[in-house]
Amino acid sequence: MSGNVGIVIVSHSPDVAKGAADMVKQMVGDGVPLAWCGGDPGGGIGTSVENIMAAIDRAWSDRGVAILFDLGGAETNSQMAVEMLPPEKQAKIVICNAPVVEGAVIAATEAWGGSSLEDVKRTAEELSPQ
Amino acid sequence: MSDATQDSVVITHDVGLHARPSVALTKLAKTFPSKIEIAATADGPWIDAKSIVKVMAMKAKQHSTLHIRAAGDGAAQAVAAIKQLVIDDFAGA
Repeated sequence: MSGNVGIVIVSHSPDVAKGAADMVKQMVGDGVPLAWCGGDPGGGIGTSVENIMAAIDRAWSDRGVAILFDLGGAETNSQMAVEMLPPEKQAKIVICNAPVVEGAVIAATEAWGGSSLEDVKRTAEELSPQ
Repeated sequence: MSDATQDSVVITHDVGLHARPSVALTKLAKTFPSKIEIAATADGPWIDAKSIVKVMAMKAKQHSTLHIRAAGDGAAQAVAAIKQLVIDDFAGA
């Protein structure tokens, strides 16, 4: 499945992240590499750089990976996770400024047809308030 | 364009062209090389059927007519396939 861009969903809540991933799987199917993470390592609400890095690995595609996040800390931790990866991987990761649930479905739909990482990001971000 | 084609179909799906049907239509459209557009009226505005954001934003309702047109390689097959998807109530999506 390396022909399509991968999608990573990062939420403060594992339930939200998993729920968004379930929606992607149901609506778009299995054609897009997909991973989610949510919650801090202690089991509370939050995000973890380590878990985000692991999710990026699980959804890895040579075409690149698009990250969708919910709120503040999820974005900064996603940026940190990306910065801790080797430069050649960093170049293939984008963080999308889009609503996490809708953005994940939209990004996955765009990715499904083999669109480029840039197109996936642009499409997800088209959703932002108009 | 000689291989351009156009057709229309009434949407029967109970929520109209919402999230899941939109994803199904866009995914199907992406499987064809032709340029495919849909519209709520024959006069347009015509939107790119391969753009999930635009298809969802159309919010075509149940009982409304969906106009489909395509041009280029596989245009006739593309229009027929999308029409059939709508007739089948987006089943299997």
